[in-house]
Amino acid sequence: MTWLLFAMAILLLGAMAVLLMGRPDRNVSWLGAGSVVIASVLGCVPVVQVLSGGSVEAVRVPWPVPFGEFFLELDPLTAWFLFPTLLLSALSAIYGVGYLRVWQGRRSLGPVWFYYCLLVLGMMLVLLARNAVLFLIAWELMALASFFLVTFEHERESVREAGWIYFVATHLGTAFLLAFFLLLGRETGSMDFTVWAEKGVPTSGPASILFLLAVIGFGTKAGFMPLHVWLPEAHPAAPSHVSALMSGVMIKTGIYGLLRALTFLGRPPLWWGWGLIAIGLSSGVLGVLFALAQHDLKRLLAYHSVENIGIITLGLGAGLLGVSTGSPVLIVLGFGGGLLHVVNHALFKGLLFLGAGSVLHGTGTREIDHLGGLLKRMPWTAATFLIGAVAISGLPPLNGFVSEFLIFLGAFKGGVSTGGAIAVPLFALVAGLALIGGLAVACFTKAFGIVFLGEPRSEHVSRAHEADWTMRLPMLLLAAGCVLIGLFAPVVVGSLKTVLESLTTLPPAVVSGNLAATTSPLSFVVLGAVIFLALLTVLVLLRRNLLARRRVEADVTWGCGYAQPTARMQYTASSFAQPLTDLFGLLLGTKKKITPPRGIFPEEATLKTVTPDISSEEMYRPIFERVNEWLSQLRWVQHGKVQLYVLYIAVTLIVLLIWGLR
Amino acid sequence: MNTLSFIPLLLALTLSPLLPGVINRTKAFFAGRHGQPLLQTYFDLWKLLKKGAVYSRTTTWIFRAGPIIGLAAALTAGMLMPLGKCPALLAFPADFLLFAGLLGLVRFFTVVAALDTGSSFEGMGASREVFFSALTEPALFIALATLARQTGQLSLSTMFGSVSNAHWLHSGPVLGLVVLALMIVLLAENSRIPVDDPNTHLELTMIHEVMVLDHSGPDFAFILYTAALKLWMLGALVLGVVLPFSSGNPWLDLALALGGMFGLAVVIGVVESVMARLRLLFVPQLLIGAGAVAAVALILTLR
Repeated sequence: MTWLLFAMAILLLGAMAVLLMGRPDRNVSWLGAGSVVIASVLGCVPVVQVLSGGSVEAVRVPWPVPFGEFFLELDPLTAWFLFPTLLLSALSAIYGVGYLRVWQGRRSLGPVWFYYCLLVLGMMLVLLARNAVLFLIAWELMALASFFLVTFEHERESVREAGWIYFVATHLGTAFLLAFFLLLGRETGSMDFTVWAEKGVPTSGPASILFLLAVIGFGTKAGFMPLHVWLPEAHPAAPSHVSALMSGVMIKTGIYGLLRALTFLGRPPLWWGWGLIAIGLSSGVLGVLFALAQHDLKRLLAYHSVENIGIITLGLGAGLLGVSTGSPVLIVLGFGGGLLHVVNHALFKGLLFLGAGSVLHGTGTREIDHLGGLLKRMPWTAATFLIGAVAISGLPPLNGFVSEFLIFLGAFKGGVSTGGAIAVPLFALVAGLALIGGLAVACFTKAFGIVFLGEPRSEHVSRAHEADWTMRLPMLLLAAGCVLIGLFAPVVVGSLKTVLESLTTLPPAVVSGNLAATTSPLSFVVLGAVIFLALLTVLVLLRRNLLARRRVEADVTWGCGYAQPTARMQYTASSFAQPLTDLFGLLLGTKKKITPPRGIFPEEATLKTVTPDISSEEMYRPIFERVNEWLSQLRWVQHGKVQLYVLYIAVTLIVLLIWGLR
Repeated sequence: MNTLSFIPLLLALTLSPLLPGVINRTKAFFAGRHGQPLLQTYFDLWKLLKKGAVYSRTTTWIFRAGPIIGLAAALTAGMLMPLGKCPALLAFPADFLLFAGLLGLVRFFTVVAALDTGSSFEGMGASREVFFSALTEPALFIALATLARQTGQLSLSTMFGSVSNAHWLHSGPVLGLVVLALMIVLLAENSRIPVDDPNTHLELTMIHEVMVLDHSGPDFAFILYTAALKLWMLGALVLGVVLPFSSGNPWLDLALALGGMFGLAVVIGVVESVMARLRLLFVPQLLIGAGAVAAVALILTLR
């Protein structure tokens, strides 16, 4: 714990230091990034200790805030989430040094790094806090710091709009969390997480209300469909290294919160598992469908985070079904798969957002249909993006396959021999996850193929340049992480043992027994991966040998006899996705604006497709417009006269005083 | 693992190029033609392996890597697929997930290699490929889940090993529906009629063929071989459910499975001879239908 406190102190000092340096100077970036890196390295020491079976560490300091206590604890569950948080924070920080360089001289970089340090600190505190008041303050610190990072380019109206949506969404979520913690506090008479975990609440009545409050509150942060509306707005608006951090790990604090909440709520009724699987399916399928319909690379990735949160939730849902029915296989594989996907998603989504950042940095556009042929100009970014794309599609031999394998295996094992009440949701999970996998391949062949392959579609590409080493290094390390988890899957899954023991009430022997039953098929998967790589090497050599002394010519792409092909005749992202977006048109509501070619010698024809977010258009916009109308009647209260505001405060205090004396 | 389990892989490696030959001869028989030689695919492979290659200037290393990665993945998948009652080289719980994942990898790299050419025709094929496969994936997985539930087994080898006459007698409809769904998956994944026409000569209407238009020489040989392996493996998947008998003698079982495999090729040939390909608009309906058929089978097992 000393290490972690030390790390947090460094983050705080770093935050203050970058703010004081003020001057737009490259040293600001190095100072900010340096403190994050050092803090992460320090923080990783106890995390690794706890995950490898070390004792749980805690620190309690009295705190004069009502019901508050500065109570931090590092248990395996926290450590499991803290590890990707620290890793990605450090790598994104290094990336940020290069990424923010274009702003040098134009804008003071102090505030960005100040908020970045605070965001990392906030996430650490959220994961470590064991007191509800401290947790909520940390939660707010995280939300505010990320809000200021999202609005970095606040001179653009779209960014301000995105920031506003994020601000409102995150606070609505916090409101539900406030209700959750207050209700829980009233039930148990304490604000202490450890007390809650020991005492629990009786399953009848309040437990289900508490569960719903937690799902909505934490689900808003995680991005459950239809609470996800802020993700596709805020992620594209933020600077790319911040998008990577927010999408890779910040939204996972929602998953962490939900898991932590579940440890308070006792034995779950069956419908909780059903509910989480339903949420997972809707988030997963709709997330990937909306991603498929996007033309903005970062927006596409943001929707993909919704999809991956869906996959994680599917794992958790399967695990909850296991808890309800006392099936250790489902508990271990469901929760285990979900938890592993948390780490995996942090790696490949972090990687993909950084890759998208390099594309934006190099070309100045996020429009997929304006890009093309970038692989020749940005070979490193392209290669690492490809690894991320294969990993996120859940294909072997990379890490995405491993976590999806665990969830699938759990669902198959659990569904083979149980009654309908368990088997139906589990097989729905299987079918849904298969569909998600197929659609993810469609989505990422599109993202990679249209952006990096073919011929350039606009002059944006001609300006493109490869990212510098500060940006390349984090991408390379994350790509290596994706490969390594794929190749060392049994070891990684084995390290889930302590986490699952602390998360569930299963005896250690049962957990390790069930994990061992998983690691043996996983070692076959790894064997398959090794065979695949060996065959690949053989075939590469074979092909080289075959072509060695033969004529290998270069020519133009076969255009089916057409003599004047241009780059604009290539398939675009929207044409690539059109069959799927048409088939699922009812769910997507894609709007098309067509000016068809007319006459014998048509001159001009246009096609424009937009896929606005259906839940924000159909659900939130009407509600918020109504609320806005209604509240604007109260506008006279806010008039800008400070002395009257002071009067409001005084009147409120007097009213409260009288109420207190009553 | 015994020596016997090497045999499905060896047979797949050596005999898979024979399947297109059998299919074509069946079609020729229906059309009253003599048809190409049974061994035509072997001749094609041999010829292509001896050739040089032409690459588009637009392409990058992705285009060159596509066929290699595809073949390596297909060969690895071949180790996971049993033949009838003869177990596969690698058999472990949920091995079909790795199998499906490797086929997904083949598809991923075929598609990106196609997009690498910058040709709108290849883009069109790539788009259709990911479209159709996204719809076959659920059908495949639901069918596998039904099989797993029916047999209580989680590995392809043990699943096929335990499908018996008794299963067909007691839950014939379930297995029948599974076979139907898997058959549609087989036809769609291997770009056969009614989903795609392997003999089409118009780029606009092709799916798989158009994606590999620009490949030549050894690269194209790898692609042809991958396609043959894929046909063989998905055929073995259907066959595993269809073949309930176990004679007790492994060699006799193998001979039976081999006969079944070529019988299946004849069936595919017949399907291709008696029906035309569907309009592209109707293909999704067929594929979603396959998923629905598999789902009905699954529901029947949930009683």
